[in-house]
Amino acid sequence: MTEGNGNNPGNVTSRAHSPVPNEDLGKSGKTAKLKIFRGDSEGGQEVEYEIPLVEGMVVLDAVLAIQAEQAGDLAVRWNCKAAHCGSCSAEINGRPKLLCKTRVEEYDGEEIHVHPMRAFPVIKDLVSDVSWNYEVSKAIKPFHSSEQAPFTMYEEDVERLYEPKKCIECFMCQDVCHVLRTHHKHAEFAGPRFFVRNQWLEMHPMDEEDRLGDLKEDNGLGFCNITKCCTEVCPVDIKITDNSIIPLKERVASEFYDPAKWLMRKIRGNGSSRNGN
Amino acid sequence: MSAIASAWKKLPWWVEPSAVVLVLTVFGVYSFVAIALFGGEYQQFVSPFYSPEVPLPGWMPGFVTAPMLVLWIPLGFRATCYYYRKAYYRAFFWDPPACLSKAQQLDRPWASNAESYRGERALFVLNNVHRYFLYASIIVVAFLWFEAFRTLFGPQGFQISVGSLLWFLNIVLLSAYTFSCHSFRHLVGGNKDCYSCIRGGNARRKTYNFVSRLNARHPQWAWYSLFSLLATDIYLRLLQAGAITDFTIIHFGG
Ligand code: SF4
Ligand code: SF4
Ligand code: FES
Ligand code: FES
Repeated sequence: MTEGNGNNPGNVTSRAHSPVPNEDLGKSGKTAKLKIFRGDSEGGQEVEYEIPLVEGMVVLDAVLAIQAEQAGDLAVRWNCKAAHCGSCSAEINGRPKLLCKTRVEEYDGEEIHVHPMRAFPVIKDLVSDVSWNYEVSKAIKPFHSSEQAPFTMYEEDVERLYEPKKCIECFMCQDVCHVLRTHHKHAEFAGPRFFVRNQWLEMHPMDEEDRLGDLKEDNGLGFCNITKCCTEVCPVDIKITDNSIIPLKERVASEFYDPAKWLMRKIRGNGSSRNGN
Repeated sequence: MSAIASAWKKLPWWVEPSAVVLVLTVFGVYSFVAIALFGGEYQQFVSPFYSPEVPLPGWMPGFVTAPMLVLWIPLGFRATCYYYRKAYYRAFFWDPPACLSKAQQLDRPWASNAESYRGERALFVLNNVHRYFLYASIIVVAFLWFEAFRTLFGPQGFQISVGSLLWFLNIVLLSAYTFSCHSFRHLVGGNKDCYSCIRGGNARRKTYNFVSRLNARHPQWAWYSLFSLLATDIYLRLLQAGAITDFTIIHFGG
């Protein structure tokens, strides 16, 4: 699910690559209580589980321990357990989180409620169907250059492209975005993850495609009211709003909402400012 | 600082939107009273609300005061600012009030249907004029720098006083706010894909990177400069009322 990069999201505290083995359990003498959503698209309810607390365990460890010992049919999606693949996104206490990057101890003294992402249809328990995102992705004009790769590019021209490339496609930004979550604009709005992708494409020095019209119309950039929830939840700290969305809004403004630019183009007689090259 | 930030994060979600409503309302009422009812000068000091001074044409209705002819610029600048937009969409429109699932369920409590949301595609598409307010604000900032330097020339000659320091602090913060603007960032380099392909590209890139660093703190500049405006104006009112005297730190000559 990642876009292939060598960056380390860090902060991974999980020790095991599979459910915590039995002999490790109970060492701390404490227990953790988790209330996990059990159900599907038709509905469901929270079920409470109690497990021995192991020091340093992440919520995914706890969920897998429950799956191994108490609820064999509990559905959860995970893969790398290293905050890298973006599969284990869910909502803990109403906030999107990677289950494998979130320690149980963070919720010391609080109840822990684990739910699937709510902006997408729930398949079962903690697994929601994120395939809508792949449809959106396909509809974005791909990278296009008339030159043949490999390109000669300079560091100063590509330094802005590292940040959007960190994305692990966890879709938590999509989940938290009120345009999708609350207003259900899936048909008209691409969502923050795909503004990150568009920013990468649009600022790429070798790309020659023009996506500003698509961004304004099909991708519904104007639906975003820059309230920054996406930025708050991104596990790899992409400043989605400041560094992707607003720069794109500015480019769309230059192209479609700036009377002076419009007049200048009329006088000079060329249609569009295009690629900023 | 980070301790304050992490403590702030632990507070219930409604604290932030409520605080924003409170601060912006107090600021709005205060500045309205200040420009509607009182003069803005005391010796060498001019209130930041009163600069640049423009003559009031005689045909203007009586309730219009001179500062109103200028203040629509900074007001419009802030009202269309990407950061203040976030702040008021959240705090005043509850759209959404915060990011937590619970808070998002209270999104636009008055709207009968969630699908009627238009974001910045309907009325708020007007916020795209932001760059024009930026251009005008740069001129206002230039005047305020001039006013800051003017405070150095008191009735007894060249001197540095507490008031002057305050005026300089205010204009430094206002400049940081103005030049960390997203539209400015776009103007200096955000609109280019390739710096090595254009003339003066390296300078463009350096400016862009500098503005980007300032821009990362844009929300902070927005608040600090709001408070410094308030503090500067209040200081002037206290001088006018004779409640305090301006303390001279260094006095040259005379
Ligand atoms: S900033 Fe825009 S894209 Fe991000 S969560 Fe808010 S509305 Fe959605
Ligand atoms: S931008 Fe961040 S939150 Fe959104 S999908 Fe990528 S990694 Fe996840
Ligand atoms: S399992 Fe891969 S990110 Fe959590
Ligand atoms: S002043 Fe805030 S973005 Fe321009």
